[in-house]
Parts: sequence; C-alpha cells; structure tokens
Amino acid sequence: MKKAFPFLALITAVLVGYGFYLGLFVAPTERTMGEVQRIFYFHAPSGWTSFWLFFTNLVASVVYLIRRNPKADALAVASAEVGVVFCTVVLVTGPLWARPVWGIWWTWDMRLTSTLVLWLIYVSYLLLRRFSEGTQTPILAAVLAIFGALDVPLVYFSIWFFRTQHPQPVIGNGGSLDPSMRPAFWMNVLAFSCFGALLCWVRYRIEIMQREAGEAEARQSLHAAPAIATRPAYRGGTQ
Amino acid sequence: MTLWSVTLATLKKDLRLEWRSKDALNAMLFFSLLVVVIFSFSFDPLAEESRHIVGGLIWVAFLFAAVVALNQTWAREIRNQVLDAYRVSPAPANALFLAKALGNFIFVGVLEALMTPLFVVFYNLRVLGPAWQLIPIAGLGTWALVVNGTFFAAMSLRTRSRELMLPLLLFPISIPAVTAMVESTTVVLTGESSARFWIVLLLTYDVVFTTACLGLFATVLKAE
Amino acid sequence: MKSVDFLYAALAAFALIHGAYIVILYTRYRKLSQELKELKK
Repeated sequence: MKKAFPFLALITAVLVGYGFYLGLFVAPTERTMGEVQRIFYFHAPSGWTSFWLFFTNLVASVVYLIRRNPKADALAVASAEVGVVFCTVVLVTGPLWARPVWGIWWTWDMRLTSTLVLWLIYVSYLLLRRFSEGTQTPILAAVLAIFGALDVPLVYFSIWFFRTQHPQPVIGNGGSLDPSMRPAFWMNVLAFSCFGALLCWVRYRIEIMQREAGEAEARQSLHAAPAIATRPAYRGGTQ
Repeated sequence: MTLWSVTLATLKKDLRLEWRSKDALNAMLFFSLLVVVIFSFSFDPLAEESRHIVGGLIWVAFLFAAVVALNQTWAREIRNQVLDAYRVSPAPANALFLAKALGNFIFVGVLEALMTPLFVVFYNLRVLGPAWQLIPIAGLGTWALVVNGTFFAAMSLRTRSRELMLPLLLFPISIPAVTAMVESTTVVLTGESSARFWIVLLLTYDVVFTTACLGLFATVLKAE
Repeated sequence: MKSVDFLYAALAAFALIHGAYIVILYTRYRKLSQELKELKK
C-alpha cells in the first residue's frame, strides 16, 4: 500500500497540473467576464469533489453505525476533513470570482449558499469529534452525519424558494457550459477527484496510524506497570 | 408501561420540579426581556421598514432564549445519575426524549408568549397578513428548534465546553427551519405574499427530524 | 484592481489552503511514523 503512494501522487500531480494548464491557458477566454472566469475551472471541480467526499462520509458513517467497524469510522473522519478543505476553496474562490464580475462579494446563490451550509454542518461535525470525550465519539459523530444528510434537501428547497421571493444574482454561468470549455472542465473534475481521493487516503492512513500508536502506547504502559510496582522504592506503596 | 404513560409521567415530574424551583424560570424571563430591549435599541423601531426586519429579530431573540433553556435540559439528570438508571430500566428511551422535548417546548413557548407582547409594544406591530397563521408558524418553528436542540444537548453531554457545543451543532442544521420561520413571519406581518410554502417546509422539517430523533435517541443514550 | 488580479488571488488562495493542509498532513505523518517506530522497538 505505502509503496504505491509516490506513484499515485505523481499521477495526481500530473493530472492536476494538466487540468490547470487547460483551464488557465488552453480554454477560450469568456466573452463577457474575461480572464477572471478561469476561476471557474478550479472553483466548480472543488465543489464536486467536496460533495462526493461528504457523501463518502455519509456512507462510512452509516456503515459504522451498522457494523461498528473502526475502519469505517477512520474513513468518515478522513473524508469529512478533506471535504471541508475543498469546500473552503469553493467558499473563498466564489466571492473572488463574484466581486469583479458581478460587483458583489456575496449573494444567496443556490450553489454558494448550499456549499456554505454544508461547510457549517461539517465544521460542526469536526468540532464534535475534537471536543467530544469518551469512547463513544464515533457513534455520536455518525449520528450527526446522518442528521446533516437529512438536512441537505431541506436546505436546497429553502434556498430555492427564498430566491424566488428575493431575486438574487446567479454566480456562474447558470448551468449550461459552452462546448469549447467542456474538455478543460471535465479534465479538472477528474484531476480534482483524484486529488481529493489521494488526500483522503493519506488522511485515512494517518488516522489508522494514530489509533495503532494509541493502542501500542496503552499496551506498553500496561506491561510496564508491574515492573514499576515492584521496584524497590515502590514496594510498600509509599514514596 | 406504554410510551405515552412514561412520557407523561416524566413530563409531569419535570414540570413540577421546574415550578418548585423557579430560579431558572425567572432568570430566563428576565433574559428574554433584556434581549427584546437590546434589539429595540439596536434596530430602530420607528423606521418604516421595521416591519420587514422584525420577523428576523423576533426569531433570533427566540433562538437565544431557546439555547439558554436547552442548555440545562439534562443538567438535573447528570447531577443525579438519572441517565444510568434510565439505561437499565425497561422504559423506552424515546419516552425520556419526548418528555424532555415536550418540557422544553412548553418552557420555550412560555418565553415566546411573554416576549411577543414586548415586541409588539416596542415595534408598534400591526399584522397586515392573516394573523392566525402565526400560531402554526410559532408552534412548528419552536418544535423544530426544540426537538433537535434536546437531541443535540444529549449528544453534547460528554464534550468539553458543553454549553458551547449545543449551539455549534444546532445552528447549522437549523438553517432551513430558521429561514422558514423568519420568512413566514415577515410575510404574514407585511401581508406581501403567502406563507404557505414556508409552513409546509416547517412541517416537513419537523416530521423528518422528529422521526430521526426518535429513531436515533436510543443509540445516543446508550453511547453516553 | 484589475479583474485578472482576482484570478491571481484565487489561485493564491487555492495554493495556500491546499499547501497548508498538505504540510499539516505531512508533519503528522512524520511524527506518527517516528512514534510507531519507537513503540515497535
């Protein structure tokens, strides 16, 4: 497993590099927006990647609740964290694109708003994992992931109706993509998906290693205890 | 021992205990009054457009009050190791949850009933739309906050900064519900359009999350 | 600010966010593999 990593990292780097090359240089310049529209080529694919990472978290959480398999829990942590990273990129690059093109930093745009809510839900998930004490954290986190998933369609509908009541600008091209831009876009989707999967896998391995280290430490202190207790200074129970 | 009989018994016990020590109640009432006054100073009630923002203000005030109430939901249970007793008893876990949620609903409902006249006074509110709709909006909205709040309060029991964890978990998940509450209230106050969609959304939210809470509470209780 | 400056800013943000995360992952990995080597001795 470990040996495959440099090879996979290289392939991913090449894909991402090529994706950027296509997006920043090869793809045609947008007529009305200009060069700044090229942000789209890493803004939107980051969004897709974070969505399927969060979906992975949901599946891993459900599997954990049913099977209580610790590997499923490790995957849940990894996918949530990496998902938040990609989501952050979406939320930062979105306004940077919106400001020069539409004159505003933020709008209650369908995709941007639902990304924000998803980001909030998953940051709260990560905080729960960090602040929770005791051994049952994985179960609680899995339950929270399910609540988050149940929330998603409700979030979608509430934003949709809100927008019909309060007309707001749409950030992005509103759906259909010009055919000349499609190769660059799909290449970046592929590249970012690989990138996301790779980071998730690394984070997963780190999580497994962390648990191994924790167990090994616990075992060691267990073995050391009798040795400490029978040392001369400690016999009799007092200093 | 049916679900309902245990629920009602627990609820009655909680209400009795809460009524005997009126400390929490009094503190909460005063807190609610303070919130309304502070908002009135911060957002000019005399402005023409105030009717458009009052919906938002009212629900933010209710949200704060709800969080303060929710934070002490399980305080008594922790102090007396009641949760351990519950875990080993044959009583269904959902009865405990429902009792707590209903108790919170009543508690927060009382606070809302007291804050609303204050808002009407400070903001000279007149309802231009169908005023009766405010009842289902308040009921469904309060339940939406309370059902998830009670559940997340239980999930926060074994966390550091427990009181902070509850709003951190509750607010993101509640965003669609809060949007619905605020928008529907504003629309009823201004009479500018129909609140039907928002009320249906609130109802859907309540059904989905009440089911989720009832389904998963036993898991969470065992995990604590 | 020219509009293309925002493109540069977005690229910088992308690089910073992912760069920071990769550095965090790398340092954790180094520390953990050290720890595990010690513990397995």
